[in-house]
Amino acid sequence: KHIKTLTKSTLKKSVAKGGCGECQTSCKTSCTVANQECENL
Amino acid sequence: MIHKFTMNGVHIAMDINGGSVHVLDEITYDMLDFYEEIRDGKRSLQEVMEKLSRYPQEELASAYDEIRTLEEDGLLYTEDAYETMDFMKNRKPVVKALCLNIAHDCNLMCKYCFAKQGDFGGKKCLMPLETGKKALEYLVKNSGSRRNLEVDFFGGEPLMNFQVVKDLVHYGRELEKEYHKNFRFTITTNGVLLNEEAIEFINTHMDNAVLSLDGRKQINDDMRLTLTGKGSYDVIVPKYQKLIEKRGNKSYYIRGTFTRDSLDFSEDVKHFKELGFVHTSMEPVVSSEENPYAIREEDLPKILEEYEKLAVYYADLKEKKDPFSFFHFMVDLTQGPCVIKRISGCGAGTEYLCITPEGDLYPCHQFVGNEAYKMGNLYEEDLTLPKEMQSMFKEAHIYHKEDCKTCFSKFYCSGGCHANALSFNGDILKPYRIGCEMQRKRLECAIMVEAKRMLSEEEEAPEEKVLFL
Repeated sequence: KHIKTLTKSTLKKSVAKGGCGECQTSCKTSCTVANQECENL
Repeated sequence: MIHKFTMNGVHIAMDINGGSVHVLDEITYDMLDFYEEIRDGKRSLQEVMEKLSRYPQEELASAYDEIRTLEEDGLLYTEDAYETMDFMKNRKPVVKALCLNIAHDCNLMCKYCFAKQGDFGGKKCLMPLETGKKALEYLVKNSGSRRNLEVDFFGGEPLMNFQVVKDLVHYGRELEKEYHKNFRFTITTNGVLLNEEAIEFINTHMDNAVLSLDGRKQINDDMRLTLTGKGSYDVIVPKYQKLIEKRGNKSYYIRGTFTRDSLDFSEDVKHFKELGFVHTSMEPVVSSEENPYAIREEDLPKILEEYEKLAVYYADLKEKKDPFSFFHFMVDLTQGPCVIKRISGCGAGTEYLCITPEGDLYPCHQFVGNEAYKMGNLYEEDLTLPKEMQSMFKEAHIYHKEDCKTCFSKFYCSGGCHANALSFNGDILKPYRIGCEMQRKRLECAIMVEAKRMLSEEEEAPEEKVLFL
């Protein structure tokens, strides 16, 4: 009743499937790490 | 490690190492200040209840229990275990993106330009087609198993060498078939040379277009001057509007720069919206303090206040489902990039290189002209990038930057810009402090905006509470 969880532990979950390197580089306004999405996760 | 903050009436707690984000009520937000001391036996719960006597005791006990449950479930106070994982030892980055400085020349003379009005402090010149082709060949041959490759046409003003841009895109499409790659082309332009042909080409072939404009006419025209010293606003705004009108759903950004002369930059972002632009960004000028327009430490309170003011305005738009977007307030809380990407950052010097018209290679566009960081030339036989320099950039991640280890933003900013660190602190491992302060504020703003949006959606569809525990 006191806490609403918006998102759970996304970083831990990404270790197993991450690291393919197919995403965009992140500096040049195209993406930063914060707003980039991943096709694999 | 956690971080908590209140903005726009929302109390938020972030679990830094796990990535969880929580919205708290006021009593839990205050209890969080004492939770670790109670847990570690340094204070009793009763003692804290007396300190927080403005709240009912049973509510405080219940808030404490909920925080403890989150910790037990691995959603708060998680440890940072990534540094010793195998992927950190086995990282072997390959080049996957090039910035092509297609023109070391410009048809504007913006006062703050880091490229020194386009020539990067050297001679004015355009990239020959042959050099551009060599660059694309270098990329496809050195990108290993990476399929998605990026090429950004940059400068200077790339449209001053438009024929070569066109020829290189077509050459890239040929290479794609031969090497089974997928090129993503982008361009950054000041808009002056946009005509029907250029607009058609950009809208057909460029996956993203970055269109430079600083906002309100008087702000833009104070900094972004034509070669005859006149403002550029009236020349470029109608051209941008025409390009965007014909662009459909393809990505673009209207991208501005704010200086200490325009610290009320939220008004410039609002002006973008008035002009009909949807995808926008506004970046702080990066310049040494000897320049009158450079941002200084004393400007930070006003800048942070301005970001928050913009965030409140923006959150209101998002709750109304307005499509308007501001680059730095876009954060993907439901997943975002993998932790490997978050740790390694921009890839300058390893995954990302910049090539000059003469074929010189640099770690990124910000290093061009700094001879100490020249990595070679495309016309060398058996070009091999300097291993020491590549290793230095590969190891310049958040675990090797002291300032980043305790920063709540580390998995969102990835350690900041190497070039800025070098310019201001003489060391790529020492982040630019003013930039860090702004980054932290922007992240808080972005998370607040997303929290407000998610809470608003839950209010609209209360039966869909799947987001919440």
